[in-house]
Amino acid sequence: MNIVEASGLGKRYGGTWALRDCTLEVPAGHVTALVGPNGAGKTTLLNLAVGLAAPSAGRVTVLGGRPAGSPPALDGIAFVAQDTPLYKNLSVADMIYVTRQLNRRFDQAFAAARLAELGIPQKRKTRKLSGGQQAQVALTLALARRPRLLVLDEPVAMLDPIARHDFMASVQAAAAADGLSVLLSSHVLTELERVTSYLVLLARGQVRLAGEVRELLAEHGAGSLEQLALTYLRENVTEVAR
Amino acid sequence: MTALTRPAAPDAGAGLRPLPWQRMAGVIWRQHRFALTGVVVLLGVVAVLMWIAGTTIHQSYANALACGTSQSPTCQEKDLAFLGSYGFLSNGIILQTLPVLIGAFIGAPLLAREMETGTFRYAWTQGFGRWRWTLAKLVSLAVAVTVPAYLFSLVLDWYYQPYFATGNQGLGLIEYTQFFPGLFDLRGIAFAGWTLAAFATGALAGMLIRRVVPAIAATIAVYAGLAFAAGTFLREHYLTPLVTTSPSLPGSAWVLRQWWTKGGVTLGQSAVDQAFNSAWLKVNNPTQSGGGGGKYADYLRVVRYLGQHGYTQWTRYQPGSRFWPLQWIESGWLLALSVLLIAAAVWLVRRRAA
Repeated sequence: MNIVEASGLGKRYGGTWALRDCTLEVPAGHVTALVGPNGAGKTTLLNLAVGLAAPSAGRVTVLGGRPAGSPPALDGIAFVAQDTPLYKNLSVADMIYVTRQLNRRFDQAFAAARLAELGIPQKRKTRKLSGGQQAQVALTLALARRPRLLVLDEPVAMLDPIARHDFMASVQAAAAADGLSVLLSSHVLTELERVTSYLVLLARGQVRLAGEVRELLAEHGAGSLEQLALTYLRENVTEVAR
Repeated sequence: MTALTRPAAPDAGAGLRPLPWQRMAGVIWRQHRFALTGVVVLLGVVAVLMWIAGTTIHQSYANALACGTSQSPTCQEKDLAFLGSYGFLSNGIILQTLPVLIGAFIGAPLLAREMETGTFRYAWTQGFGRWRWTLAKLVSLAVAVTVPAYLFSLVLDWYYQPYFATGNQGLGLIEYTQFFPGLFDLRGIAFAGWTLAAFATGALAGMLIRRVVPAIAATIAVYAGLAFAAGTFLREHYLTPLVTTSPSLPGSAWVLRQWWTKGGVTLGQSAVDQAFNSAWLKVNNPTQSGGGGGKYADYLRVVRYLGQHGYTQWTRYQPGSRFWPLQWIESGWLLALSVLLIAAAVWLVRRRAA
């Protein structure tokens, strides 16, 4: 099963294509990293996949053929947006309540246990939490929905190195636990190295490279994900420049 | 991890039934409890103030009415005591800001804040679905502000009762009719209608502008324009006005326009003034004590005198009995407008490309 399938997918804002002619199949069971420089179209692709944006061209389905944004798609996907937006005037407990009400499945015990483990008090208003704690609350809410696909948009961009490490460790643990697939975007590669098993490289609104990390590394003779991404993006940029 | 702590999510792909609407009740309450409590407290405090002031007015009206048309000094004093509280009548216009305050501060931030802070990315990707989330929020909160507004306007109805009571016209105490632009929409069901319309305007403005403060400003501007247009141009045309040549209309009538004709020709203002002044001197001899009955009686004598001398006074008006029909018409189109505005906001959420 493919957790995300796009064919000829494009998104235009005004006269500019943020994403162009994107054909992609992301298999289930991986932590997939969507990598590329700023403005490559990562957020656009994720917004299309979770149904926040409608395609200008082509189509995108998730979880084995469900139209993105449709009720069955929303039911199986949990999305944590960039900067992990939470209602600032609500307490953590209220956020848990609201998320439980808005979803078919919600594992309250899991959420409570995870927050306790992280030392985040439920009575506290979300605006009084640190950036790292807010990200953890957003991740907890998403995981407690028991999704089959977890989508994270630039989850670590705003976090300090320790919070970054803890967050990615949480994601990895959740992905390893059972059949949860993860699709995350990032322009920071260092924290992804250990976690990622599938890579999609985006540049200038187009998919440049997609495949299992292990195979890609062997194929391109690269020692690390970072090296692979850098060489590939450089080559590609010169190619485009020519 | 074991299956106990992390059960595999069942595949619920096909034939999903939407989550029940009542799930939104608790969500709305947690998110908007302060705003809703604020509305109830604001209206409650103003209602108590109106009730305290209204008790005095009702009392002084009862005193004045007990005197009837007697001209004795005590009675004139009592009339004056009632008339003294008359400032409240024209100041009632201040209360007209309440619907727009509710609309601007509850309606406008509803979607604008989600857009401004990015929380729509959270709300619209939950299993409940974004257009159902929007519809549930807008309809529930519309009801939650309209019902207190209606209850509040019942207090206003009671407060203004003495001014519009029929007994007043005998006492010559009334100057405003219940159709006066600043009063018509405080009473009956129009107050609730305007509150609902202000809320719906705010909700749509918030979705279009996507920023809280500009959306509030836009709501106030649109509401002010709409309320002005309704009071000044629209309301008198809801039902075709009546035309009469009778010189004495009941005080409850809403006089729209008066003009004079002589021999089938409409007279200009200066010609009317001239005829009026000369007639006044003939009918109301200032050296005598007049026919009695005060200024209004003097005026009626002049009108009757002119009528006997080939002048005809025409009056276009809405009779007082049309107060409720006009209320229903106004509230009706406000309700229709609000439904359209809310539907437009939901439609925009549904098709919006992030």
